[in-house]
Amino acid sequence: MKKCRQCANQATLHITEVLDGQATEIHLCEKCAREYLEDAESLDTESIAADLAAKLQELQSGGDDDLGRMTCSGCGITLNEFREVGRLGCPFCYDSFRDELRPLLENIHEQVLHTGKRPERSAATHDDQTRVLQLRKEQREAILKEDYETAAVLRDQIARIEAMLHGGGDSSAPERESEDE
Amino acid sequence: MTSEHDTAGFLEELSRTSGEWLKGDGPDADIVVSSRVRLARNIAGFPFMTRADDDVRLRLVETLRRAVLAAAPDEGLQFINVALLDEMDSQLLMERQLISRELTVMDGPRGVIVGPGEHLSVMLNEEDHLRIQVLQSGFALQECWNMADALDTGIEASATYAFDEELGYLTACPTNVGTGIRLSVMVHLPGLRMTREIQKVNQAAQKINLAVRGLYGEGSQALGDFFQISNQVTLGCSEQELIENMHEVIPQIVGYERRVRELLCRENRQALDDKIARARAILTGARSISSDETLHLLSSLRMGINLGLVEDISIGDVNALFVHTQPSHLQKLHGGPLKTAERNAARASYLQSRLGSA
Repeated sequence: MKKCRQCANQATLHITEVLDGQATEIHLCEKCAREYLEDAESLDTESIAADLAAKLQELQSGGDDDLGRMTCSGCGITLNEFREVGRLGCPFCYDSFRDELRPLLENIHEQVLHTGKRPERSAATHDDQTRVLQLRKEQREAILKEDYETAAVLRDQIARIEAMLHGGGDSSAPERESEDE
Repeated sequence: MTSEHDTAGFLEELSRTSGEWLKGDGPDADIVVSSRVRLARNIAGFPFMTRADDDVRLRLVETLRRAVLAAAPDEGLQFINVALLDEMDSQLLMERQLISRELTVMDGPRGVIVGPGEHLSVMLNEEDHLRIQVLQSGFALQECWNMADALDTGIEASATYAFDEELGYLTACPTNVGTGIRLSVMVHLPGLRMTREIQKVNQAAQKINLAVRGLYGEGSQALGDFFQISNQVTLGCSEQELIENMHEVIPQIVGYERRVRELLCRENRQALDDKIARARAILTGARSISSDETLHLLSSLRMGINLGLVEDISIGDVNALFVHTQPSHLQKLHGGPLKTAERNAARASYLQSRLGSA
């Protein structure tokens, strides 16, 4: 009669465990066997759950930090920043993160092709839209670097494209209304 | 150009009048209080709010204000600079459903353009650059859409929208992309709530991708017996398909509520009479009353009018009371801030003045 591996009791269960192709016999009493099996199970399910969570995270986040750090060339927002606030930075984000947004859009709307109203004059100005967003980003960066000369040139370029996009193009600031009555 | 005096006068006027969408005269207005269509639009070449500094926001307000006013030059639209309003006045606009809670709490240049009768409001620099909203009394989504669509097309003549061939109108949040449209109806369902059938409506709505929310839309609990039902999906269906979807569902809910009310009238008439009479007695006799209690009691009174059990008060009057008994309306009427206890007393006396002598 073999003794239990964990205690002095008589072993009543004999478990054959296969590890790396090597079969090992383990002899345990009933009480210790139950504990051993429960431990093994919980360890197993935990690791499966952890694995699944990692996979989900991978699916949602694209798997690696590099993807999370992916940046929209229109506004500079990263994919991670979008995930945190749930709001995109600019219309061009839909281009920058097109592949990453697709599963999300399918999840929300089921379909991903617009079939509703269309504006009459969007397609022709697509390049201008992107260009002006990029110029704005460059302008912000120039101001941060205190390169006001470049910032001023960029401002004029932005104003020219804006005038084309939205007519008028009046760049004067609106008069601030006084808070007094 | 709108002056501060115009804004002050406009807000004074608001506190004394009621929006036309509260009149209670549209189709199925006994149960559908109001219908609303909201379009989310953004201007090409500008970042969304998360990446817009005050300078960009200011330019957006000017560009948008010019484009909206040019789209409907003869409509008597009123621009309000929300950034300059104090808390009471911006709350007043929120209680009026002309602006969202988000627009009242956010910072930076922002505004709203309001049309006469309060059918139309266009928020500038909310979550999206433009939020066009049309409100009508009763079940009238098609009319709301027609009006919003026309203004939208008009705005497009002087501003280029951010639009993608595949994804449609591009919005700050991917939940609105595509049509950018949110259709909602505010329904009054005291019968279904009393008989605990409301959960079924909730579940049925969710199955077909409609959301059921409380009186003030996103992020709020359903207050009393009022529920807002709206579409969830904005991409892959046309505006007309989404309207048709609502036209299939809402009449069923309306019919369901009517049947339950008839049943209550037939089998539980005494209890129903008692509930409505008690509601009226408290509304006219209380010396202090909270807004929650007011809402619940007005709901009973409203149902009483619809069932013909109360004949000397109109639906429009009760609809207006829901709005006029809210904190900022009471304070505006009083002419200054009121503490909670003072507000509850002011509310009670306002209700008495409106309902007491009838």
